[in-house]
Amino acid sequence: MTAIRHSTTATVGVAIVLAWVVLAGLAPLLAPYAPNATDLAALANTTPSRAHWLGTDHLGRDILSRILWGARPVLVIAPLAVLGATALGSLLGLAAGYKRGWLDLAVTRACDIVLSFPVIILYMIILTHFGSSAWNIIGVLTLTKAPIIARIVRGLTLELREREYVAAAKMRGESSLYIMLVEILPNARGPLIVDMCLRTGYNIIIIGVLGFLGIGLPPPDPDWGGMVKDTYGMMSVWPHMALFPCAAISSLVIGFNLLAVGLREIGLRD
Amino acid sequence: MTDTPILALENARISYFGRAGEVNVIPGLSFALAPGEALGLVGESGCGKSTVALSIVRYLGRAGRIVGGRIVFEGRDIAAMTESELRAMRGRRVAMVYQDPMASLNPVMTVGRQLMEVPMLHEGLDERAARARALEMLAEVRLQDGESVLGRYPHQLSGGQQQRIVIAMALIAEPALLIMDEPTTGLDVTVEAAVLDLVRELRQRHDTSVLFISHNLGTVVRVCDRIGVMYAGELVEEGSIRQVFKNPRHPYTRGLLDCLPSLGRDKRQAPLVPIPGQVAPALARPVGCGFASRCAHVEPGPCTSHAIPVLPLADEAGHQVQCVRAAELLRWERKRSAGGAVTERPSGEITLKIDGLEKLYRQRRGLFGSGRAPVRALNGIDLVATRGETLAIVGESGCGKSTLAKVLAGLETASAGHVQLEGTEVASARVESRPLALKRTIQMVFQNPDSTLNPSHSAGYAIGRALRRLRRLSGSDEASEVTRLLDVVKLPPELAGRKPDRLSGGQKQRVAIARALAGNPDVIVADEPVSALDVSVQASIINLLNEIQAERDATLIFISHDLSVVRYLADHVAVMYLGAVVEFGRATDVFAPPFHPYTEALLSAVPVPDPDAQGARIVLEGPLPSATELPTGCPFTTRCPRRVGAICDETPPPEQALPGGHRIACHISGEELARLQNARARE
Repeated sequence: MTAIRHSTTATVGVAIVLAWVVLAGLAPLLAPYAPNATDLAALANTTPSRAHWLGTDHLGRDILSRILWGARPVLVIAPLAVLGATALGSLLGLAAGYKRGWLDLAVTRACDIVLSFPVIILYMIILTHFGSSAWNIIGVLTLTKAPIIARIVRGLTLELREREYVAAAKMRGESSLYIMLVEILPNARGPLIVDMCLRTGYNIIIIGVLGFLGIGLPPPDPDWGGMVKDTYGMMSVWPHMALFPCAAISSLVIGFNLLAVGLREIGLRD
Repeated sequence: MTDTPILALENARISYFGRAGEVNVIPGLSFALAPGEALGLVGESGCGKSTVALSIVRYLGRAGRIVGGRIVFEGRDIAAMTESELRAMRGRRVAMVYQDPMASLNPVMTVGRQLMEVPMLHEGLDERAARARALEMLAEVRLQDGESVLGRYPHQLSGGQQQRIVIAMALIAEPALLIMDEPTTGLDVTVEAAVLDLVRELRQRHDTSVLFISHNLGTVVRVCDRIGVMYAGELVEEGSIRQVFKNPRHPYTRGLLDCLPSLGRDKRQAPLVPIPGQVAPALARPVGCGFASRCAHVEPGPCTSHAIPVLPLADEAGHQVQCVRAAELLRWERKRSAGGAVTERPSGEITLKIDGLEKLYRQRRGLFGSGRAPVRALNGIDLVATRGETLAIVGESGCGKSTLAKVLAGLETASAGHVQLEGTEVASARVESRPLALKRTIQMVFQNPDSTLNPSHSAGYAIGRALRRLRRLSGSDEASEVTRLLDVVKLPPELAGRKPDRLSGGQKQRVAIARALAGNPDVIVADEPVSALDVSVQASIINLLNEIQAERDATLIFISHDLSVVRYLADHVAVMYLGAVVEFGRATDVFAPPFHPYTEALLSAVPVPDPDAQGARIVLEGPLPSATELPTGCPFTTRCPRRVGAICDETPPPEQALPGGHRIACHISGEELARLQNARARE
């Protein structure tokens, strides 16, 4: 953690992400209105005002409150999906890279197939079939992102398995599972952590896209992508309704990206 | 030496600027290089040798700067030059040759293009003239068939050929100064010898000054007129080769010479004397002599209270030393073996027996590729090792010595033949399928200190885990055994908690040895365990291996390319060439005539740090056959200087049994070889 302070980029990234975490965590205290409360009086003028700092949407709901509440599912779903994808992808990548042979072939081909499939179509098929819930979104993101992680980990494993300490572990009779998890995986953590940060940002975008396509979290609870979807038709008249949620998504993604770039810098320096 | 020097450093002070602030690497260095002279800079890693080389062409990067003094090249101060003046100087007046030739060559350009670029850029020659110059230069660096070499890409050349190209590139502009930074470190000993001879010859012909940086004292003797010994950024001793090697006055120079195993030294006669401790980091530079903390002659007060002056020696012109006690020290004597009677230990029972061992690597087919001929890494190896002895396996890169180690350890399986370890057949048993007792029997020490320990685990964990797996120890038994093993390898117990990034190279290798000892092995396979270490550390690790082996009565299989180390350590020696053992016997027999012609060439190529022991070298000409298409006759036939005729190409050589179990695979008889080789030695 002290290393992060030496990188300005990483520090800014951490600050942005932490700010969002605090805002989301304290949403019940900070949000001036209930997220789904409608203020019919505000409908006369939905633009930002003293009562509604970021204005209201077309139904008179306070945009600031909805953005604050909307941060909560995003900050839970995106990291959980990344953790899932990293766990699954690491195991597949480790096994493929360490065992080689038919297992390697099976895993890499399976990953190729998933990665060659148009993901949006895949999301639509799965989420319309199983229904759109937080767990299903996590599941679908895990499945589609795991192959990318698997490829990264497989590449690192191919290199690390040739290290002399792996040979030393074999010579004292360690199991393959021990060698993969204790000897190899910890040394792949640097690139993996960087990738996890990047991928959290990407996942936030995908969650936004899913919301925009109407297969995100079910209404009426606030969802950034859903907020854009409901109001983008009114862009020419009331641009703030769509732009503020978009800005929320961007800032959080930028935060994670800066963190990833900063961590890579730190990794290269040491 | 009345000429004005071509290069002069006048109290040059060089620092790097990083997060920790200014780190002064070179506190004030002065030396001069006359036209046509060659100066060698030696010292252990971290002594600032490369920084000096880079500072001469002002190539220190953004972090490094010359903060004081002057570096004067051809009468001009480097620090005052503009970028465009520097560009004009680099490559044209000063050329550099680095350790890794591949890093100096552009992999996507043909060698010819890269060579021709130099005169075209610096002298404005046209293509045709540049091509003629390039061909001329290739002939000078002894690359045959220049036309075809010009059209090749760097990866199509061998390491030795690549380094010749780099030297040709450096010399084609006729520079006044050639800086060579460890130019032969990555090369095999026979190739190294040829490159060193080439450098010496070329510099005389072109009258080029050379600054030759090396950690290997022997290579400096071959190339240079004068030598400077660097320690912690300071030139602690400087003089002619003869002065410094015959009468070294600085304790560090003496330490370097004493810790070197040489061809005349044997473990039973003259022990190696390692230099204790390690180079202090530049951040914590002590007051007074930088070497004081490691010096056996240190005198608190004069040595540690004020800066040490550089004093010329009264009776030797040009020889100067930075040591307050230089005049008091006794004259240094080269440690030589007494020669003659060596007490042979009675040979013990056989622990390892290798019979007709073969290993083929099948080349994997690509998705659309067709099958290719397999690589024959091991080609019928027969060896025997007994309890308590050291069997050394020597050979150049690609001879199969590491493959042999892997088969013994069970990391690879043999394609044919037998390996009996304590009576158990293991040739086709991967380590995973070996029972615990067998795993315990054989353990390995690896080459690379940076990859032998897992960077994520502490030293104590590495040793403890081995104890848990091999001896089923746990809890306090394990902890006390870890401490005991650390003590065996002479490391303090506190080191158990450290991760490898906080251990030095020598400490890492000690931990790795402790890990290998955890199971009380009967056979220890050490694959180049000291080749990545500095000489002073190397000596202490060699002594440690020796001690441990003697104490445990274990068999040590010591794999190395360094004949001096092998001569020192081994009881029996096997010389390998292209997957075959060409000579095997007691060390005393292998290192005396009759030799196999390959052994003879290897021995003649070893750089010896003694100006009086510079014999004529046998240069191996001819191509190294590919391991996929071995010659049907003798594997060495394509390069052998003593080739007799067609018989060598067609018939595999007979294994001649000489007295004392000495074996030579050659068509020339033992008596004839001995006669020829003794005659050559007398020349």
